[in-house]
Amino acid sequence: MSEDINKLERIASQVRRDIVRMVHACQSGHPGGSLGCADFFVALYFSAMERKAGFDIDGIGEDIFFLSNGHISPVFYSTLARAGYFDVSELATFRKINSRLQGHPTTHEGLPGVRVASGSLGQGLSVAIGAARAKKLNGDDHLVYALMGDGEQQEGQIWEAAMYAPYNKIDNLIATIDYNGQQIDGATENVLSLGNLKAKWEAFGWDVLAMNGNAMQEVVAGLAEAKSRTGKGKPILILMKTEMGYGVDFMMGSHKWHGVAPNDEQLAAALSQLEETLGDY
Amino acid sequence: MKKYTYTDKKDTRSGFGAGLLEVGRKNDNVVALCADLVGSLKMNDFIKEFPDRFFQVGIAEANMMGIAAGLTIGGKIPYTGTFANFSTGRVYDQIRQSIAYSGKNVKICASHAGLTLGEDGATHQILEDIGLMKMLPGMTVINPCDYNQTKAATIAIADHDGPVYLRFGRPVVPIFTDADQKFEIGKAWMVNEGSDVSIFATGHLVWEAIQAGEQLAELGINAEIINIHTIKPLDEEAILKSVTKTGCVVTAEEHNRLGGLGDSVAQVLVKNRPTPQEYVAVDDSFGESGTPAQLMDKYGLNAANIVAAAQRVIKRK
Repeated sequence: MSEDINKLERIASQVRRDIVRMVHACQSGHPGGSLGCADFFVALYFSAMERKAGFDIDGIGEDIFFLSNGHISPVFYSTLARAGYFDVSELATFRKINSRLQGHPTTHEGLPGVRVASGSLGQGLSVAIGAARAKKLNGDDHLVYALMGDGEQQEGQIWEAAMYAPYNKIDNLIATIDYNGQQIDGATENVLSLGNLKAKWEAFGWDVLAMNGNAMQEVVAGLAEAKSRTGKGKPILILMKTEMGYGVDFMMGSHKWHGVAPNDEQLAAALSQLEETLGDY
Repeated sequence: MKKYTYTDKKDTRSGFGAGLLEVGRKNDNVVALCADLVGSLKMNDFIKEFPDRFFQVGIAEANMMGIAAGLTIGGKIPYTGTFANFSTGRVYDQIRQSIAYSGKNVKICASHAGLTLGEDGATHQILEDIGLMKMLPGMTVINPCDYNQTKAATIAIADHDGPVYLRFGRPVVPIFTDADQKFEIGKAWMVNEGSDVSIFATGHLVWEAIQAGEQLAELGINAEIINIHTIKPLDEEAILKSVTKTGCVVTAEEHNRLGGLGDSVAQVLVKNRPTPQEYVAVDDSFGESGTPAQLMDKYGLNAANIVAAAQRVIKRK
């Protein structure tokens, strides 16, 4: 187990390097939330999910994932590339003209690994519910995963979806909230308090568990626990505590790095804290 | 003027309900969703026969559009059902991002479009929906004219891979197209060949155009009438062929004059063959409560308005 965790941590370190390099190269994008979710993405794609080789949009016979808070595209793209969906060299095109790696993820340019566009917030959970419904209709017992932001919980559509899934026993769905407490204008507590998220989701009928999203062992264990609770009549919600900017000391814990790119010196400082484990793109 | 008669009248939404049942029988991948308007959308027969392929989402249209997008991932062909207002304006960003931009094979089926919804008033009478939907890249926009054509369109769109906006209505109107017609997306239907003026009509205005054509014939004016049931993609070839012959155009639609069929036709003409055109459409206003007939009269959408527009535009040749 510890050997596997070490392997995942090494991948996560490379993903974090990719994130800061991608955002630096185009001088735009969202490093904070991406860094905070690197452990989750790596645990998901390299441990939790049952995935087929290659990519087809329908994802029949495999677990599939939807990113609702599409602005953390750097971590999504890096993970997809490192998981083999496309060549890592393509990460260099992020946010540049004629790229498949758009600022926010999309199917429009045919990037393997992406099944729906996201970026305008609040929509991904509904899409994941639909995909989970399709899996049930197809007799496919694989799971659907979704990630949302915590600021995104302020969108009304989230709560439409939150009400729908338990009533309809969508129990092949594991949704996660990146609970980092930050959004563009400041702390969620100051912008529009989320209140007691755990109590809210439980009141809507979800099976809610909590995990630390910045400790690989706990992420792997949390996802395994969530998986074990599927198929029991309730959708699963993981409240994942993360720190925005995790892994780069000067980016941690502040909303200031939500959507700001590092300059050359900051890039060098960041990379000095992140081991190159799989080779930079 | 070719003679059109009818023996029966029905609402176009019932054509949708009948088409949905038939396409459900033909294609196992067809599923349906509704936001608390099952009776209004005439979905009960489908639900009775395919209870496992129907999803009631409650009064939550944004969630419905997202779930529909998700259902396509796994090969389903979702038909969403609610009023036109709640099918478009209310959920524009969900359609834009999760369906249109994502290229999802969702059929957005919209009843109670336009003024003929009647007494509920302007909150429910959307007159901007064709414009909203046709501006989305990749979206097909269809507004059939009677029960039979709506039924045929409902069946045909399952075989089209991509998002579709299918617009129909509440009032009972004459059934004058063939029961066994083959519906071709993007192919205009020649209602009457003529030489003096082209009348391009969509939806409920097609029957009004036929009546206008009869009145014009009595005045010695030979009107060509074409049913443009597909506003996007537009049958440019049929439009240009017709105006080459007639030299002037009337467009007729139950929609704001801004952004509807008339503007789509004008764009084709201004680029290829500048031609005098008159609009029969709502003059950039909201609707109000009233009976469908009263509203069509007050807002200038009946046969008499088409006749007057034809006479005006002929003088501009």
